[in-house]
Amino acid sequence: MSGRGSRITDEEINELVSKLQSLLPESRRRNTGRVSASKLLKETCSYIKSLHREVDDLSDRLSGLMVTMDSNSPQAEIIRSLLRS
Amino acid sequence: MESKSSTTGNRDNPNRNLHGSKTMMASHFLRALFRIQQTSTSSSSAGRSRRIRRAAYASMAYSAGTRRAWSRALLRKLRSRARLRFPRRLSRAATPQRRDMDQAQVLRKLVPGGPSMDDCKLLEETADYIRFLTTQVRLMQTVMDSVSS
Repeated sequence: MSGRGSRITDEEINELVSKLQSLLPESRRRNTGRVSASKLLKETCSYIKSLHREVDDLSDRLSGLMVTMDSNSPQAEIIRSLLRS
Repeated sequence: MESKSSTTGNRDNPNRNLHGSKTMMASHFLRALFRIQQTSTSSSSAGRSRRIRRAAYASMAYSAGTRRAWSRALLRKLRSRARLRFPRRLSRAATPQRRDMDQAQVLRKLVPGGPSMDDCKLLEETADYIRFLTTQVRLMQTVMDSVSS
């Protein structure tokens, strides 16, 4: 356990834990009541890993779509309008 | 006015902070996508994918700015042109990790800048990092949807 930083109270830990819990998507929240810190951390790690994978996957797919785009295509126009707004 | 990062806790509505960042994120990412499209006509799909991925993490980091430890760590990595790697498999052994301490260590490897954070800071930074990550993912999905329709 890191010795750095200030001591925090149980209350602050609970607050942070419930904040984290509220960020996890519904499907991962198996208990509605208090969940053990260990379980929550595990779920959090698993969720972050899945988000990293999604970024990778979406990058691959966007890359594939780029070949079909040219500067005059309607898709490019959509993006341009998104940038303007 | 931005408060200094989080020793006293961020009393601002986190959603309000995120809103301005979303616009920055979108505009940064879309500009990067355009640049990538225009400059990579001959490169491989894998190379383009890497650049897009890098642009995704860059937009997250730039829109969060320097007020967060995770975004500062990401910005440092991006500027040093280091490879952006996040561990997927964290233990080679099959032993399940049961203690809180171990899970916190696992988390430290997933959140940029994690290793230098104490447990309290780690939780706060994790929450913020997750918010920005999910926003970035949704942004990419939106671009996907509008480009492929």
